[in-house]
Amino acid sequence: SSRSASRRPPTFLLNRSDIISTVEFNYSGELLATGDKGGRVVIFQREQESKNRPLSRGEYNVYSTFQSHEPEFDYLKSLEIEEKINKIRWLPQQNAAHFLLSTNDKTIKLWKISERDKRAEGYNLKDEDGRLRDPFRITTLRVPVLMPMDLMVEASPRRIFANAHTYHINSISVNSDHETYLSADDLRINLWHLEITDRSFNIVDIKPANMEELTEVITAAECHPHQCNVFVYSSSKGTIRLCDMRAAALCDRHSKFFEEPEDPSSRSFFSEIISSISDVKFSHSGRYMMTRDYLSVKVWDLNMENRPVETYQVHEYLRSKLCSLYENDCIFDKFECCWNGSDSAIMTGSYNNFFRMFDRNTRRDITLEASRENSKPRAMLKPRKVCTGGKRKKDEISVDSLDFNKKILHTAWHPKENVIAVAATNNLYIFQDKIN
Amino acid sequence: MSACTLVSVSTVLGCHSCFRVDMFSKGTKRKFSDDGGEMSDESLGGANVSSSYNLQRQSLLDMSLIKLQLCHMLVEPNLCRSVLIANTVRQIQEEMTHDGSWQAVTEAFCNGSQSPSERLVATEVLCRSREQDAEPKLFSVISYEGCREEEVVADETLCSVSVSDAASNVCLSESVGHCWETGELRVVESDEETSEGSRLGPGDDDDDDEDDEDEDEVDEEEESSREDSKSMGQVFGTFEIKNGSSGPDSALEELFSDVDASYYDLDTMLTGIQSAPKMGPYDLLDSLAPSHGPPSLGSPSNCRSDLNELDHIMEIIVGS
Repeated sequence: SSRSASRRPPTFLLNRSDIISTVEFNYSGELLATGDKGGRVVIFQREQESKNRPLSRGEYNVYSTFQSHEPEFDYLKSLEIEEKINKIRWLPQQNAAHFLLSTNDKTIKLWKISERDKRAEGYNLKDEDGRLRDPFRITTLRVPVLMPMDLMVEASPRRIFANAHTYHINSISVNSDHETYLSADDLRINLWHLEITDRSFNIVDIKPANMEELTEVITAAECHPHQCNVFVYSSSKGTIRLCDMRAAALCDRHSKFFEEPEDPSSRSFFSEIISSISDVKFSHSGRYMMTRDYLSVKVWDLNMENRPVETYQVHEYLRSKLCSLYENDCIFDKFECCWNGSDSAIMTGSYNNFFRMFDRNTRRDITLEASRENSKPRAMLKPRKVCTGGKRKKDEISVDSLDFNKKILHTAWHPKENVIAVAATNNLYIFQDKIN
Repeated sequence: MSACTLVSVSTVLGCHSCFRVDMFSKGTKRKFSDDGGEMSDESLGGANVSSSYNLQRQSLLDMSLIKLQLCHMLVEPNLCRSVLIANTVRQIQEEMTHDGSWQAVTEAFCNGSQSPSERLVATEVLCRSREQDAEPKLFSVISYEGCREEEVVADETLCSVSVSDAASNVCLSESVGHCWETGELRVVESDEETSEGSRLGPGDDDDDDEDDEDEDEVDEEEESSREDSKSMGQVFGTFEIKNGSSGPDSALEELFSDVDASYYDLDTMLTGIQSAPKMGPYDLLDSLAPSHGPPSLGSPSNCRSDLNELDHIMEIIVGS
């Protein structure tokens, strides 16, 4: 077993929504936001520990649901703009309300989520049902009283950052200064101030003068967790560029360039496609970053540009199937990856509703499945194994039996505890490690 | 000997059409199983590796062109995906330019008014088996643990090293030229070959005479294969993308029934007959043309213009 004896395997809880397109914990882990293809955001809140209901500790229940984006039509191009939520990023909490950024292909919105559990009653100028009172009827003054009411969670859009992206937004990232954030599309990266919606600064532009010469696009971008002048962006050619915003207004010249030299013996027509990076994430420490390409996850030391310090194979058995995966477009699937709170483990998804976790210290890895058939509430998750050749053992799954429609693209790890959220198509699974 | 060769050639053709049909049918999980491939393996030995590779490379090219074409109609296409596919197409074209296959393709396209199926026949001719005494192996095939034999035929060869050395180039182009010159699907000894000196690739000693010869060869080849072309047309016709196909696309196609159906036709796409339909701009792909360079020294100007025409066709295919 890949888990040590003192730790119990994860249990799980199940929730439902439409096809989930992004999952993100907030800074405390108390809230978990999901965005879906229908433009909705659903926020889950963790139940507080309670003596009355001991088993409910740690359960995530729906806290708020709202429609973030609607489908739009671009009349100039005669094309629809999808309402699918590509990314959600939380802002650090500064008062009782919670703020998050959600984005579709073209527009970023800042949402305020606040609670209301009191209502004022006894107004002077209006009746209880809201109608204005006749001023001549008012003979006395009274102070309105706050009365409790059922908890209401309201989401209201506070800022709309629009019309800054010609191409599809793939990333947003809040800066460590908590005042600015970046948004990246296929060819450009813009820097915004959270208070200012009518303009943004373009800090990266890789659009060639002649579009015929376009061979590379931006696939992901992220701000450094501590250095507010540093950010990285990844490309479809498997490279990562680290930029320093102090160096120039337009960060077309990188400060660091990360690329692993290609292995010539494994070169094929698909080499470039599988090297395309689908996600890049800084470690919480800020010393490392992790990239996800089609077959592997790589951990890079920011001080070493010529190769990653660790490489983890996610599903190497797919390498011989690349032609088929190209044909059915699966080779273009964009898997995300995430760190645990202490940066000791990383997680990413695969097909057949499998997801993989790698322990960086012990070098152990585990494959688990997020599916209702194979999991019962509060039961242990059984490790899965894919049979890559030879005789298939019992409980192993052969590569040909994998369901490529069941892909886990989005996963998130609680910032402090061993709680993970896994999005399997339209189901959200939340697993936690119960340490007794 | 020749009977044996004919059998193996028709087998190769058979298996090619087979997996082309499979490739464009929907739904089921397919293997690139080549019963034909395995049989021709036995009869032709190592030479089949390269012809199988060429077949699959051609299929990959066709698949990629179709992917670029059939983007979402309602929503803007995914730029990253389009760029990656376009890069793949460029890669294939560069390689085909290097080993001479691309040259022959362009010439085939330019030859008079042929029916679409015959053009595809011309492409097919390129991919026919080489003579027995050819270089045994152009490419190192890397076997991956756990691959099943029949599944591996297509995937492995495509996943393997694609660089071919100069000597192999010579063999391949000579054999192709030879096929066309005799107008028969027959392999002749190497003496005759070298005396013809026909070469379709951008070799160092190309000159105008040889290339004129090549065009004649092509014509001859077309005539001789006209008999086959009907059956070929039937075979290739099965995988033409028809507008009225059933399945999940039918609703979409009803919606866009006024769109020019020939846009979906593989043949017209390759010949660029139709005007570019209005699909909404592909930001990248508004005039993305394959940027493969012109052929190397010694190629005649008509080949250069053919390549320009192909660039133009590519522009039409991939954008408005």
